[in-house]
Amino acid sequence: MNQLILQKIVAQFPKSVQGSDEFRGDLTVRVKKEDIAGICSFLRDDPELSFDMLVDLCGVDMYRPEGRFEVVYNMYSIRNKWYLRLKVLVDEEKPIVDSVTSVWTAANWHERETYDMYGIKFRGHPDLRRMYMPEDYEYYPLRKDFPLMGVPDSIPLPRK
Amino acid sequence: MGLGSLMADGFVTTRLDEVINWARKNSLWPMPMGISCCAIEMMATASPRFDISRFGSEVMRFTPRQCDVMIVAGTVTYKMAPVVRKIYDQMPDPKWVISMGACASSGGMFRSYSVVQGIDQFMPVDVYVAGCPPRPENLLRALLELQDKVGRDKTIGTLLRGEKIFIPENGPAERMSPTS
Repeated sequence: MNQLILQKIVAQFPKSVQGSDEFRGDLTVRVKKEDIAGICSFLRDDPELSFDMLVDLCGVDMYRPEGRFEVVYNMYSIRNKWYLRLKVLVDEEKPIVDSVTSVWTAANWHERETYDMYGIKFRGHPDLRRMYMPEDYEYYPLRKDFPLMGVPDSIPLPRK
Repeated sequence: MGLGSLMADGFVTTRLDEVINWARKNSLWPMPMGISCCAIEMMATASPRFDISRFGSEVMRFTPRQCDVMIVAGTVTYKMAPVVRKIYDQMPDPKWVISMGACASSGGMFRSYSVVQGIDQFMPVDVYVAGCPPRPENLLRALLELQDKVGRDKTIGTLLRGEKIFIPENGPAERMSPTS
């Protein structure tokens, strides 16, 4: 079944797929970030695949010079009981990815959280505000160069 | 005192501070600031098994205007700190604070950018309770400690004698903090 999924993606987007691997039956496909919205809507709408549920969407900071961030999409086909994981690479200089909120509404808060924690912006997101941190906070806490205890005095406390 | 024969039955002589403190300390109304799992133990403290009403503090009020002691039970994040402080500021004086559990007292196991490492960074605390979460007996012990503290208050007598009392900008005198 993983072969079928991979073949379908490659057939539809031959230039987008950058690689894939399988670990204990879980398929991961690495794709170009420019095509992520198109691939996602294809995976949802294809009658044979029907990946109609976005399980999770998150960011990863690999902390390397090229392609520092990853955005990971985990999706599930309710009809086929299949899981699939997509990954895109995002640069530090221009951390912008197309939003998939138009494909799955569930992506809304996940993308907000990813933006809040890593500073990755999602183009076309209807409401890209911070999720946990204060609106005017200047840092992104889950980046590897962010200190564990935070930046001193970056969040004001009430006066004692 | 030798006055016993002059007075009819039903009279007691005492000091004003003593009688006011006695009244105050035996009906401390808590503001249950339950923001994490410590709140479960706080609820257990109010349950019949542990019965906080034995010590006069069963009247948990969810409006700060009617409370004497705030029980901060749980992890206070930086985002929550202004809220806790605002509710504390809305309580009428005299008021006291019990910092319940490791999180409220020191940040606890959350050594992290998002959690305030001890609520005494932004508000006065009278009694700290150890534990994660503290057992109800532990909270009751803290209440008794607080009652002792309230009983030692000399404010009324000092005022009546016309002496000036030192009141810091943000709260009455005799507030304990780990630095003082």
